[in-house]
Amino acid sequence: MSSTLAVKPHNTKTSKRQVATLPLVAPSVLVLLIWMIVPLLMTLWFSLQRYNLLNPANTGFAGLNNYISLLSTSSLWISIFNTLVLVGSVLVITIALGTLLAVLFNEEFWGRSIARLLAIAPFFVMPTVSALIWKNMLMHPVNGLFAFVTRSLGLGSIDWFAQYPMLSVILIVSWEWLPFALLILLTAIQSLDHEQVEAARMDGAKSTAIFRFITLPHLGRAIAVLAMIEMIFFLTIFAEIFVTTSGGPGLATTNLAYFIYLRALFEFDVGGASAAGLIAVILANIVAIFLMRLVARNLDV
Amino acid sequence: MSSASSKRYRYLFVTVLGWLAAALLFFPIFWMVLTSFKTEVEAIALPPKLFFQPTFENYITIQERADYFSFAMNSIVISVGSTLLALILAIPAAYAMAFFPTKRTKGTLLWMLSTKMLPPVGVLVPIYLLFRDSNLLDTRIGLTIIYTLINLPIVVWMIYTFFKDVPKDILEAGRMDGASPKQEVFHVLMPLSLPGIASTALLAIILSWNEAFWSLNLTTTNAAPLTTFIASFSSPQGLFWAQLSAASTLAIAPILIFGWLSQRQLVRGLTFGAVK
Repeated sequence: MSSTLAVKPHNTKTSKRQVATLPLVAPSVLVLLIWMIVPLLMTLWFSLQRYNLLNPANTGFAGLNNYISLLSTSSLWISIFNTLVLVGSVLVITIALGTLLAVLFNEEFWGRSIARLLAIAPFFVMPTVSALIWKNMLMHPVNGLFAFVTRSLGLGSIDWFAQYPMLSVILIVSWEWLPFALLILLTAIQSLDHEQVEAARMDGAKSTAIFRFITLPHLGRAIAVLAMIEMIFFLTIFAEIFVTTSGGPGLATTNLAYFIYLRALFEFDVGGASAAGLIAVILANIVAIFLMRLVARNLDV
Repeated sequence: MSSASSKRYRYLFVTVLGWLAAALLFFPIFWMVLTSFKTEVEAIALPPKLFFQPTFENYITIQERADYFSFAMNSIVISVGSTLLALILAIPAAYAMAFFPTKRTKGTLLWMLSTKMLPPVGVLVPIYLLFRDSNLLDTRIGLTIIYTLINLPIVVWMIYTFFKDVPKDILEAGRMDGASPKQEVFHVLMPLSLPGIASTALLAIILSWNEAFWSLNLTTTNAAPLTTFIASFSSPQGLFWAQLSAASTLAIAPILIFGWLSQRQLVRGLTFGAVK
């Protein structure tokens, strides 16, 4: 900003602009505030009510009864356990394979940019398409490609969604998110100091040692960010379960998101579903606090 | 000499490995596109057919189903509409935060990003009831509003970072020449950061196009986008693999191209700059 007081009109103009920033920011802040606060307060309110759409006469304040009955039903705990299994498995798979792939795609090779385009493609496929392609054309117990391969090998065919329902969902979600891990970790690897790697190589360090002592520590932060972003997304995996297993067989693939969906839109138990929704919010917030701290540290305003 | 040949072997090895990984990851998409050109009988044939007389029958069938266009249209209107709305809200905010930061700016920006971390199931019940009571269920407007709000934090954040990259001197020069704030934004800032705004828009369109929690829960027929339409193939009577493949190929083709174009911005946008 100009410091010459002589240019007076210019100065008053800029200071005027300084004041006028509020109406520019306000609309975005306001709509987000409404979007965040109103539904959340309603969820909190409903969670304390006796409120079932099938039984409109029976309403009233329920206190913590929804929470108490929820926490004492085994299906909630099963769905939380399933959520943890699903989130944990996909995290481990995508981060481990993503790191290896990022190292691989950081190397020069013939046709690398085209190979990379193909490798990241699954991330851009809509979840309902991915789930149905896997469910039908790959994992179908009779006509699926996997069944054909295992039968040709004399292993018989596997009815994936009946025998290994959770594993099947894990496979599909991992396929969708591995490219995302690859993209992020590749970006992080590319900011690695080349001279440092070259110096280590000159000193006779093996590739594995370079990976272990230079690349991996450098990736630490990116892996942390990736893990947290994935956790927040994976906590509410829905479409993949919706079109493949519908949470079954039994409760085998019912995660917290699907549990809430069933409570709300099948049993019409507004109170119970809201209470479970708040549990999901609390779980997400535990992760979010750590993620926001990392983001804040990187934000220079 | 031996080091040169070992380098060549390494190059060859990495090439094979890299292409193998790419082929494995891409295979389901390749298989889907291949199946879309088969007849229904060939699609479920055993052993699976790699070579066959390709047919466009499925694409024609899909187009003939009058409703396919309405689903595709819903996807286009909702994702483009919500992206435009988000841009209209975000550009002024990003402009103010990038060029006139106050001590609240950082907090505001972080708070906006934190709204992304609210799990949608946490507010499914009230949103569903609010939509039901205000007749927004299964409407394009309803879904457009939701997607605008979901994407707004990312859009603000990305445009903010692109605006920050614009050299301040250029704006100063314009200001000296007596440009009004409006002129400054429209004639200097926007043209300079057009590539950034375009890739932000692309990312917002991709995210809205593929969103499948709210679309499955809030739409059924009238405003259902392609995500919901494809989900209808999960019913047992919908076991038409070739048709499913053709519909899926059409549904993902534009987004795949957009995605390839915007891969760098995707990292920037989805990690909120925490990975560089």
